[in-house]
Amino acid sequence: MHTVLNRGNAIVAYTLSVLACLTFCCFASTVFLDYGTQTDIQTVKVLVKNVPDYAASREHHDLGFLTFDLQANLTGLFNWNVKQLFLYLTAEYETKNNKLNQVVLWDKIIMRGENSVLKLKNMNTKYYFFDDGNGLKNNRNVTLTLSYNIIPNAGILPSFFGTGAHSFKFPAEYAVSPVQK
Amino acid sequence: MEKLATVLGLDDMLSEAQRMNKRQFLYQALSFGMIVSSALMIWKGLMVVTGSESPIVVVLSGSMEPAFHRGDLLFLTNFREEPVRVGEIVVFKVEGRDIPIVHRVIKIHEKENGTVKFLTKGDNNSVDDRGLYAPGQLWLTKKDIVGRAKGFLPFVGMITIYMNEYPNLKYGILGVLALYVLLHRE
Repeated sequence: MHTVLNRGNAIVAYTLSVLACLTFCCFASTVFLDYGTQTDIQTVKVLVKNVPDYAASREHHDLGFLTFDLQANLTGLFNWNVKQLFLYLTAEYETKNNKLNQVVLWDKIIMRGENSVLKLKNMNTKYYFFDDGNGLKNNRNVTLTLSYNIIPNAGILPSFFGTGAHSFKFPAEYAVSPVQK
Repeated sequence: MEKLATVLGLDDMLSEAQRMNKRQFLYQALSFGMIVSSALMIWKGLMVVTGSESPIVVVLSGSMEPAFHRGDLLFLTNFREEPVRVGEIVVFKVEGRDIPIVHRVIKIHEKENGTVKFLTKGDNNSVDDRGLYAPGQLWLTKKDIVGRAKGFLPFVGMITIYMNEYPNLKYGILGVLALYVLLHRE
């Protein structure tokens, strides 16, 4: 005897298992893909100031300013299981206080279907480049890398680095801001 | 009313239940217990494998849109030796808040001895999370982390959101499932 409950149950169960199976296939078809790509980063203007960090300790910390050029073609990263790319430009450096510092200076969300060829000239950073102390002045080796976190329709959330990191150094003198004289 | 019960097959189920003897009823109760305990075992087993106190979480806010929407499911791991790096999506607890927060790490400072402090921000928020932390707290440390997001499944967590918002729905579903398991004979 097939009652309404029986039939409803069968339909719901079948629909759910087909959906689950398709979702798994979608995940499995993209899980081993390599998402590496070439990026080109250059810094244009670099200077460092010593100002109070009101967001943190209120002490005088080093604040870096930079503008950058960025070129990358990310079109090849998109496939049917990439909903969104989260791009972030990281500055990585070592100071006396800290073995490793990473600061995200700029980020961008690219949804599937949006323009994914980046040609940025003389961009300002989106976030303040505050150090956790005074480690930016005369820092000889700060590395900028473009990384991207892949948000799938369903599946794992991997992050990748673009090849083509750019290293630069900060000046040995603080820039005097017009306000402070 | 009787007609509806016939269509739904409820009267069959009830008469079956009446025909059941004590042993059969005990057997059904036992298999119900098995289902509950194996669900618990799977959850606890996942906790051991992933190292996270809560291996699966449901996204409750829109602060990570458009990556994660309300009701999406995240799978977490929390291995102690795994370093915290910028760009990772972490789930963390803040003192004084019951609900853990899912946000992205945007700044880290790691000492020689491995102690690390970091700052987070939601993709959809315009400022970092210092306003969300406990008063006076400027950084998160490793002990605040519940897990790091490793896997993503859209929309599936919506049912738990509905169940939390309408507790009657939760009791209704649980009641019906329990009745079904107890009364239904294969």
